[in-house]
Amino acid sequence: MTYYDKQMEDLPTGFGKVLAYNWALTLLIIAASSIGFLMLFSVANGDISRWAQPQMIRFALGMTLMTIMAFIPISTYRSLSLFVYLFALGLLVVVEFFGDSSKGAQRWIDLGFMRLQPSEVMKIALVMMLALYYSWLDQKKVSKPQWVLPPLILTFIPMALVLRQPDLGTAMLLFAGAAVMMFVAGVSWWYFATGASAAGALVFAVLYSKGQTWQLLKDYQYKRIATFLDPSNDPLGAGYHITQSKIALGSGGISGRGFMQGTQGRLNFLPEKHTDFIFTTLAEEFGFAGGMTLLLIYFLIVVFCVASAMSNTNRFGALVTLGVSATFFFYFAVNMSMVMGLAPVVGVPLPLVSYGGSAMLVLLAGFGLVQSAHIHRPRG
Amino acid sequence: MRRPREEKKRSKKLSRRALILIGGQAAFMGLLGFRMRQLGVNQSDKFRLLAEENRINLQLVPPTRGVIYDRKGRPVATNVPLYRIQLVREQTIDPAGVLHKLAEIIPLSNDDIETVLDNMAKRRSWVPVTVVENITWEQVAAVATNAPSLPGITPTVGSYRNYPKPDAFCHIVGYVGPVSDYDLSKLEDVDPLLHLPRFQIGKNGIEAREELDLRGKAEIKRIEVNAVGRVMRDIDSKAGDPGKNLQLTIDEDLQNVALERLSEESAAAVLMDVHSGDILTLASAPTFDPNKFVTGISVADWKDLNENEYRPLANKTVSGTYPPGSTYKMVVALAALEAGVIDPNEQVRCLGSVNISGSRFHCWRRGGHGQVGLIRSLRESCDVYYYELAQRVGIDKISEMARKLGLGTRHDLPLSAISEGLAPTRDWKRKVKGKDWLIGDTVNVGIGQGYTLTSPLQLAIMTARIAAGKAVLPRILNTIGDELMPIKGNQTLDINPEHLALVRQGMFEVVNSSRGTARGSKIRTKGMEMAGKTGTSQVRRITKEERARGVSKNADLPWNRRDHALFVAFAPYDNPKYALSVVVEHGGGGSRAAAPIAHDIMLAALEREDTGYGKLPSQKRRTGDPDEDTPRMRVKPSDRA
Repeated sequence: MTYYDKQMEDLPTGFGKVLAYNWALTLLIIAASSIGFLMLFSVANGDISRWAQPQMIRFALGMTLMTIMAFIPISTYRSLSLFVYLFALGLLVVVEFFGDSSKGAQRWIDLGFMRLQPSEVMKIALVMMLALYYSWLDQKKVSKPQWVLPPLILTFIPMALVLRQPDLGTAMLLFAGAAVMMFVAGVSWWYFATGASAAGALVFAVLYSKGQTWQLLKDYQYKRIATFLDPSNDPLGAGYHITQSKIALGSGGISGRGFMQGTQGRLNFLPEKHTDFIFTTLAEEFGFAGGMTLLLIYFLIVVFCVASAMSNTNRFGALVTLGVSATFFFYFAVNMSMVMGLAPVVGVPLPLVSYGGSAMLVLLAGFGLVQSAHIHRPRG
Repeated sequence: MRRPREEKKRSKKLSRRALILIGGQAAFMGLLGFRMRQLGVNQSDKFRLLAEENRINLQLVPPTRGVIYDRKGRPVATNVPLYRIQLVREQTIDPAGVLHKLAEIIPLSNDDIETVLDNMAKRRSWVPVTVVENITWEQVAAVATNAPSLPGITPTVGSYRNYPKPDAFCHIVGYVGPVSDYDLSKLEDVDPLLHLPRFQIGKNGIEAREELDLRGKAEIKRIEVNAVGRVMRDIDSKAGDPGKNLQLTIDEDLQNVALERLSEESAAAVLMDVHSGDILTLASAPTFDPNKFVTGISVADWKDLNENEYRPLANKTVSGTYPPGSTYKMVVALAALEAGVIDPNEQVRCLGSVNISGSRFHCWRRGGHGQVGLIRSLRESCDVYYYELAQRVGIDKISEMARKLGLGTRHDLPLSAISEGLAPTRDWKRKVKGKDWLIGDTVNVGIGQGYTLTSPLQLAIMTARIAAGKAVLPRILNTIGDELMPIKGNQTLDINPEHLALVRQGMFEVVNSSRGTARGSKIRTKGMEMAGKTGTSQVRRITKEERARGVSKNADLPWNRRDHALFVAFAPYDNPKYALSVVVEHGGGGSRAAAPIAHDIMLAALEREDTGYGKLPSQKRRTGDPDEDTPRMRVKPSDRA
């Protein structure tokens, strides 16, 4: 019996899997989502059927999906990774031609019971693909240029498709997720330093190109950047989001104005109050304490994922876990930075809390992978 | 198949990188927490305030404007309810259908309906749009009865200013009108009420001068609105004050008598109580309809009023200034008596004209009066006597006496365009005209010509002071709200009562002597005897040629070059009660044109049994009607006053 076979034997089976389930992570996910239900109930002025109830149904669906996925061995996902990646890529191409678009960005496919955003699916698919790649690649080769190139290509293809939608926010998240994967896989620091310098140059080029014939971004994107840098220059237009958002966050004080007592969201001063800007209502009604509580839950989710990954000697499982947790981290980091006026307004939801089907289902599926990796980690 | 050791090494590197990763993530979350603290804790007061500003709007409920009453408590400026029908789009599925149904109840053309639908399309769905305005109560009632079949239709009530006695009080009360940019530019601290659409403020007369009292204070409602301005709920409200009601000293009946007598002339009459200073009549003719200004006057009407040479818009009682003519002779006589430069019995010889420093000054009686004493000089209005007196006493003492009697000073009544008149002095001429005072100027002032200018109000005050021997001051407002306006001017005049009595006696003979210039206007009722003085003031110089040709007959001249006719009077002679001045612009001789009018007004006043104040209806404490954009007050039958 090889070492590996012995390990396989040690893997929990049947009821043992339930015991090996990462219960702490599950409870944290439920806690974050419950805060979401409360906030959706509040911004709908106490109307549960408006947002809270559909969200709960989707959450139940997502939790079921996560649990089912958790009990499937991680090796199965490894073998499915390439297929999942190609499938997501296919969806992105399909949506490019047949998808609906609302508000000029973020294309989706209407599945009847929900709207599926292929770009969301791609976030997890890319994580799986890169995990597959690095678990297959010999560790000694990771920093060799010819072996650094494939993951970059694997990332740039979906990124380009997402950018065409155009959805700058998701494209950046895809890239950030991929960068984290490459980082934890052990790619040399030099690549990251070079990449960072290149990014700096790109930012300069983007800003410099404004008004030139070869302008790199769309006008509205420049406007968002300009308003982000100085919200007051357009208080009723593009700066409105940021200004109102900061007002809501700030007016909460330490303990907030009380549940259902916030005025900014309920009176519609906040746009997207139930989706991208839901954090502001939390901060308004439960104050600094409420905001910090959610941040702590998020932090613990990330910590549990990283801890699980560090104790996992299965490279694919560990990489997938870190990739999912990084994707999750980028979701809330970008969203919170945005509502706090630290980043431009890009359409990124607050994970598990914002109203929306795709993001939640995809995230819970991602956590299903994390759970599976956790349950099926080699023991020794 | 890989070796476990390799696996371990690999996973060690991964763990190291994962630790670095989570370290970076934790640092970023720390940053987020710090930012949250910065916004929510350090700057929370600022943002709380901004959030409140976001959601709270102030809504002003205009107060009811104060009502103005006459002496007897009859309203002369009131608020009339203005009923309108409004439609709220979001309360109905089919606005056009509702409007057509409404058209069966009240007159509403298809064009009207189109306009309303157009208006509605431009506004947000909860903003009420006025369908019709200024409809009758019966129509409102009809709409209210059919309310169930007219979803979205709401009758509301506003109010507009109405002047039920337009002619009698137009110059006194004035009128209100919409707030103009010019009005706002004159004010330092603008009441936010003035920014309400359709809000009206006093533009003229008492409406303008007593604006603050009449306006009252708005009820301020704090309402919570959402981001697009829809009212979510009322938070609280600060009660306002309705405007204060005013009571005038003017008696509408006497005012009407005066205006009827002045009728077609361009003329003014002021009747005042010599003891209290109450002005009972302040009549200026012709009149105009102030109601036209409230609803917005048409260009044609405005042109008519503005270009009329009888100047109907001017309140001639206070803004018109005229050379007082012979009515000034009391001033000169009193100045001379007080200065001791003439003995009442001293006779001055009048030969019809007199030569003073190279110029010839004529008496109105070309043949002259012969020997004239003080009483006769007043009775027959001898000019030569006053040429002599004026020279003896000098201009400065004459003008000092004029001011003592209330001439050449601005009497501050709450009316528009009050003029100061002019009691000229040497200094005045040097300053204004840049020339030295000449003896001829004094001589002219001696008979109330030259630079002297007086308003009918001033003449009435002068007469009242002579009659009462007190420094009477005019009073036109009796009460503002609950507050009684004090009677001022009770101190005795600094003039020898014997001298005043002499002048009064002269004035008595003007009317009652068979040789008096106003003998035709004698009041024959016992105990009501009137004393007075005629005046005829030239508005141009009579040239030598004219005098030679004898063209001094007024009838031969164009209207605007004829003499002004004046008359001042008080009565009863024994126990003076009223003083009166009448000025008829270009009316000809005072005795013929002004004295008969004075006779009728004075008699009407004296014959009036009750001259006291009438009780005012009690002022209800109630704030006003909502404006168009705040139509949440439903019309109920009980709201109808």
